[in-house]
Amino acid sequence: MKQYMLSVHSVEGAPTPTDEEMQTAFAQVDKINNELRTAGAWVFGGGLLPPDSATVVRVDSGSTTVTDGPFAETKEQLGGFWVIRCEDLDQALAWAGKCAQACMNPVEVRPFQDED
Amino acid sequence: MDLTGIYRAEYGRCVATLVRLLGDIGLAEEAVQDAFAVALQKWDVPPPNPGAWIVTTARNRAIDRLRRESTREARHAEALLLHQPDEPKEVGPVYDDQLRLIFTCCHPALAPLAQTALTLRLLGGLEVPEIARAYLVPEATVAQRIVRAKKKIRDAAIPYRVPAAEELPARLPPVLTVLYLIFNEGYTSTSGALLRTDLCLEAIRLARELAALMPDEPEVLGLLALLLLIEARRPARVGPAGELVTLADQDRSLWHRELIDEGHALVRRCLRGNRPGPYQIQAAINAVHTDGPATDWAQVLALYDQLLRHAPTPVVALNRAVAVAEVHGPALALATLESVDLPGYHLLPATRAELLARLGRDAEARAAYDEAIALATNDTERAFLQTRRSRLAL
Repeated sequence: MKQYMLSVHSVEGAPTPTDEEMQTAFAQVDKINNELRTAGAWVFGGGLLPPDSATVVRVDSGSTTVTDGPFAETKEQLGGFWVIRCEDLDQALAWAGKCAQACMNPVEVRPFQDED
Repeated sequence: MDLTGIYRAEYGRCVATLVRLLGDIGLAEEAVQDAFAVALQKWDVPPPNPGAWIVTTARNRAIDRLRRESTREARHAEALLLHQPDEPKEVGPVYDDQLRLIFTCCHPALAPLAQTALTLRLLGGLEVPEIARAYLVPEATVAQRIVRAKKKIRDAAIPYRVPAAEELPARLPPVLTVLYLIFNEGYTSTSGALLRTDLCLEAIRLARELAALMPDEPEVLGLLALLLLIEARRPARVGPAGELVTLADQDRSLWHRELIDEGHALVRRCLRGNRPGPYQIQAAINAVHTDGPATDWAQVLALYDQLLRHAPTPVVALNRAVAVAEVHGPALALATLESVDLPGYHLLPATRAELLARLGRDAEARAAYDEAIALATNDTERAFLQTRRSRLAL
């Protein structure tokens, strides 16, 4: 079994979804999460608050500094993710298709390093 | 002994089977190369079934190699190899393996150039320098793309299997595109000499294999028919001085009759199947071009109308305009080109130039030829356009 991260990236400046669209997405994502659990593919997942809520911690020569803001000042920011477990990339891509449809955003699929 | 011929014919099949046995593309390639090296030493005459000999030898070599290496992964691979259930004594290439490998090489998760390079390397047995020469890119680039693609196949666990029937509509088109691109690159290479026969023959060989493996997929048959019917005209396409000869001026007695007959038979089979698609329609257009002493342009135009419905692309619209000119005259053809936008593609201004010349609008034709000549990257095509331009009145 392989593990994959399915990440959802929000693009800065993209039109903000309406409340109604958000509610639809939440309901659809709930449904997918249940499907993932039933199929035994669910490992973990969730949505993140906006990047302005982020804090970065760095350790340099033994001293720790804490700074405000996301790690990278890019237009695309991680909005949420799933970690799933399945046989191969085709299965992961099939789940990613369902997830992208449910959350109404593109989904990036990345394999985890093997555990052994 | 024709070891080169055997190598070309058997390499891809053997690698494909070894990938299944070993679960790793790199190991499979090494094992098959080892086995061919042994064959070179041992064969005075090839055995009756050279593919089976290569697979058996490669498998034994792989076991030896894995035994020398003591990593956990290697032991796991060895265990896999030694416990193939219900295995016959002599293992030959399994045709389904080759199909699996085509779908792995052309997986949509790989970049198009990587798909092509990997297909030529693993299924065609072409060496990296050959692929680099064919695509006029540095060897290091090709090598890097292949290494990266193999790494992604392993890391992301791109599966080694034939897609299920319901997945085929999404998974077959990239395979057909790769074979078509290989052929096309050989037929009108992006620069330098016009014909690179090897790539055309390799694309046809792979298309034949694919058609044998998937005889019920009409688009696979359509692609094979298309390639055969284009290839059949090759001997007449270039004149004695290496110049390009247009379809209308070609000496039809030079065409490959056998390839045309085979192509026509495939097109008839597609028509009977009645599940048309872009490759089948293009094959049908080429069947009309190669049927009888002259092209029936009304039929060609009807087929282009159908093709435009299946594949509404600017290139199809451009090719359709040529048929419009033959049936309804150059003025109407020129009008249909007004809405066609193909930035950087030399055949659009070249076609406009031909139509303008036929309408006697020489000054505009000259400007269009100049535009086409500036965009053409192929020496032979550029020379052809210059000749046409020189025929215009001053």
